[in-house]
Amino acid sequence: MKLSVEEVSNVAVLARLALCEEEKQRLTGHLNEIIEHFSRLQDLDTADVEPTDRVLPVVNVYREDGARPGLPREAVLAGAPEASDCAFIVPRVVDTADGK
Amino acid sequence: MSFDLDSISTAWQASEALCSGKVSSEAHTRALLERLRALEPRLNAFLAILDDEALAAAARYDENRSAFASPLAGVPGAIKDNMCLIGAPNTCGSKILAGWKPPYNATVVNAILDAGGVILGKTNLDEFAMGSSTENSAFKVTSNPWDFSRVPGGSSGGSAAAVAAGAAFWALGSDTGGSIRQPAAFCGLVGLKPTYGRVSRYGLVAYASSLDQIGPLTRDVRDAALVMNLLAAHDPLDSTSWPEPAPDYTKSLVNDVSGMTIGVPKEFFGQGVEEDVASAVWAAIRLLEQKGARVKEISMPNVEYALPVYYIIAPAEASSNLARYDGVRYGHRTEMQCDHVAMFEQTRAEGFGAEVKQRIMIGTYALSAGYYDAYYLKAQQVRTLLRRDFDAAFETCDLLITPTAPTTAFRIGERSSDPFQMKLSDVCTIPVNLAGIPGMSVPCGFSNGLPVGMQLLGPAFGEETLFRAAYTFEQSTDYHLARPDLRPCGESH
Amino acid sequence: MTSDTQTMAQAGPYEAVIGMEVHAELLTESKMFCACSAEFGGEPNTRCCPVCLGLPGSLPVANRKAVEFVVKAASALNCRINRATFFHRKNYFYPDLPKAYQVTQYGDTPIGIHGWIQIETPEGGVKRIGIRRVHLEEDTGKLMHVSPLTSEVDYNRSGVPLMEIVTEHDPRAGFDQINTAAEAREYLVQLRAILTCLGVCDGKMEEGSLRCEPNISVRPAGSATYGTRTELKNLNSFRAVFRGIEYEVRRQIETITSGGKVVHETRRWDDENGVTATMRGKELEQEYRYFPEPDLLPFTFEESYIEAVRGGLPELPSQKKLRFCERGLSDADAATLTQDMALAGFFEQAAEIHGDWGKVATWVLGDFLRLLNQSGADVAGAGVTPESLAAMIRLVEDGTISGKIAKSVFEEMFKTGKSAREIVEASGQTQISDEGELLDVVRRVISENERIAADFRGGKEKSLGFLVGQVMKHTGGRANPGLVNTLLRRELQQAD
Ligand SMILES: [Mg+2]
Ligand SMILES: [Zn+2]
Repeated sequence: MKLSVEEVSNVAVLARLALCEEEKQRLTGHLNEIIEHFSRLQDLDTADVEPTDRVLPVVNVYREDGARPGLPREAVLAGAPEASDCAFIVPRVVDTADGK
Repeated sequence: MSFDLDSISTAWQASEALCSGKVSSEAHTRALLERLRALEPRLNAFLAILDDEALAAAARYDENRSAFASPLAGVPGAIKDNMCLIGAPNTCGSKILAGWKPPYNATVVNAILDAGGVILGKTNLDEFAMGSSTENSAFKVTSNPWDFSRVPGGSSGGSAAAVAAGAAFWALGSDTGGSIRQPAAFCGLVGLKPTYGRVSRYGLVAYASSLDQIGPLTRDVRDAALVMNLLAAHDPLDSTSWPEPAPDYTKSLVNDVSGMTIGVPKEFFGQGVEEDVASAVWAAIRLLEQKGARVKEISMPNVEYALPVYYIIAPAEASSNLARYDGVRYGHRTEMQCDHVAMFEQTRAEGFGAEVKQRIMIGTYALSAGYYDAYYLKAQQVRTLLRRDFDAAFETCDLLITPTAPTTAFRIGERSSDPFQMKLSDVCTIPVNLAGIPGMSVPCGFSNGLPVGMQLLGPAFGEETLFRAAYTFEQSTDYHLARPDLRPCGESH
Repeated sequence: MTSDTQTMAQAGPYEAVIGMEVHAELLTESKMFCACSAEFGGEPNTRCCPVCLGLPGSLPVANRKAVEFVVKAASALNCRINRATFFHRKNYFYPDLPKAYQVTQYGDTPIGIHGWIQIETPEGGVKRIGIRRVHLEEDTGKLMHVSPLTSEVDYNRSGVPLMEIVTEHDPRAGFDQINTAAEAREYLVQLRAILTCLGVCDGKMEEGSLRCEPNISVRPAGSATYGTRTELKNLNSFRAVFRGIEYEVRRQIETITSGGKVVHETRRWDDENGVTATMRGKELEQEYRYFPEPDLLPFTFEESYIEAVRGGLPELPSQKKLRFCERGLSDADAATLTQDMALAGFFEQAAEIHGDWGKVATWVLGDFLRLLNQSGADVAGAGVTPESLAAMIRLVEDGTISGKIAKSVFEEMFKTGKSAREIVEASGQTQISDEGELLDVVRRVISENERIAADFRGGKEKSLGFLVGQVMKHTGGRANPGLVNTLLRRELQQAD
């Protein structure tokens, strides 16, 4: 498998990373180098092998329902690049079908 | 109150000095702050120095010593700048988080503050802990106190350099693929990556959630046990926290390995391991054998796949963990006027460094629909094979010993142009995170004046065995007592 | 809207296939993965913490009650409960999604699979609608569009537990499909009844605690393949669900019959103009890169636990309805009463106290529902209690008040919370059943209306009604109508 510059651009869209032409070229090279190393895994037969998503042999970790006050609003908004006195401000978002 | 800082170099010695009343925590703190300020221009270990907070914590201890039972009470140390501490900036070595001050404490930070610990500052790291040399920080390049032209290792390079230079009695690092153990080896320290789940990750900024673990970097094994006694606990805020109470690790400081079986997996001594490193590690193994351990050479065939598995899983998780840096709630936002999509894209392009972008891209690609099975799923399956290798090894061995890193500390800039060479320096540590087991790096020699570390591995929650073996080794050697010469270049002997 | 139905029927041999994706916010006290309040409302960004803001370093811990609620709901929806289940991350960027991923359940092992609910079609038939999956996830924050240039984000809803219920339209699963807007609405009505009956969701569509996103396609009737589907958003009421789907079905049929092609897209229902329209905005590739959430561990359910949940389910709306029918209620009345558990509970209590289920149903379905709708109050907030309704009906029965007065008395009870007797006594509205008192009025009316009285005597039976009306008028409606009748006849005949 070899990634084209165009495919790399599509991945960058998914990752929301603006890349300049030079970066796209460079990343295409790097990514293909790394993917090349991945190919070794295909030598292994893993047909009946369960994937390891989590290493901890624990299940059913819960907290009990019950509300507690959160952060004061000043603290919530303190780190915001842009905020009103009650909310985070972003460039106007048009209703999109995207991801909702 | 003045005292000779050079007569005290470990946390437990500092604690003894405090308890004997010879010195106050404030004096310790002032002395260390002074030392680290003097060193910092050459060392570049700190991203934030918290003079006021540290002195306040020291005063709290000095005023009411009896309120603090922990041996680390009043003893100053440092934390890696990816652990949240209220009021202090938390950059993760990234421009995208520049200026962000978390409104909450990491669980480990609370544990230290509650015990009366003193936090001197927050240490440098590779951006979002992605790297093996601390050259990938957006702010500074940390030097190795043993040779300022060399890297301290990474990504917890700032923590390692601070302790090795005597600017902190202990430090916390985080380890996703070797980021505590490899810098410990490069700087001549003890570094422990605990079993996954043993130490809470709450408040540790995530790199790869299924691999990350916080642990100590210290000058000797006793200090590591003392710090671990504070860190290891069940945390209800972390679902992946091990529910069993932690043992008292100082009880494992026993000078005796008789009857222990040490496995030596040959695959860890292969590709790229320098001869000096291999021979230092073997010498250490032989020493433990003389002390009564049985040594057994074993094979772990799937270890050779650990690197590609890691470089799929870690970036995949990272691509998701780092998606939240979008310029909405905290951190950097682009100045560019644009719609929200372009705002995301531009903010992230400006905020992240090259290595982080590359890993985000790899991870995004590996998780995307057409490639999930070939990459991510496959990697998780091979991870299972690797875990089985470790399970099999621990059926017959109590612990395994390997080199921590194939080489000693390399020169700054030497590998930054060759990312794959760089990644090879984690070849011995990465399998350990994938299996979730504990790994400890212990100083075991020198090569051309640079420290060499050996890695002790135990089964999940087998930290006590590691402490016991490491302590036994340390009692018979004096590598942990060696100190770098910190005089500026001009002042030769 | 009847005309639309006709258009559709006339549009020829097309049938619609409707899939329903419903999101129900769970009635837990706290959020899914943190202890912030999950209650609706609150000043913007006042119910937030590091976890639901997605601050770096924060980690989720699952709310036990939310998981239990979904097991309960899935059981009531006749689902199979997976013995082991876990969470995934659904990755996408949006300003209201603080971690840039939603923690949700993906793949084959959501909490519930392969369930069904039964609905009645408008034609009087019965359909068993398949449910493919019931799973648990977290809600997003809310965007507020405050100016032409900026939007504001409020994360109070971020992390509120959300249950997603998706219908099965694959006929191989052995269930019926939803084919019309009316069936879709009925499905939603039944689903809402079940969820509110279980107490896991308050079912308020206007507050967004119950949200419905149908996908719609049409195809020639009998065709084995599906047409291209569109997804509908912004349906904030049952009426909108019905109208939106109906519009979209008609639009698709018209598109096809006029030679066009239906485009796979998301469309927004515009309630004011009664149309659906393509959602604007950048069309970015949909690619969610699901993977198992490493910050949460799996959940397993013992068979005994699943059995206990199933055994502990309350009487469900369908069972309740059957029981009401057995007590003599019509199918339609029983259906209406059991759509809302509060209403059903109110009714049943009043019926038990009073004894005559039919009479109580008439009041509950008539005046009570009308007043509820007018006032916007909920059953618990109304001034009338089951006890006070039963007592009022008895006052009618024993002749203390007339049926007509009862209506206004009931209205006052509803508003003030007073008992019927209190109201009646305070206003002197008790019925006049005293013969002497009424006789005076009767005689006066006859003498004032000589001609009409003569008509009656001449055999014009209808004239009596007018005279009765006059007596009622003179007594302010309080005269006992039966007694007035008797007295009038006696007086008119005596004067012969
Ligand atoms: Mg959903
Ligand atoms: Zn919260």
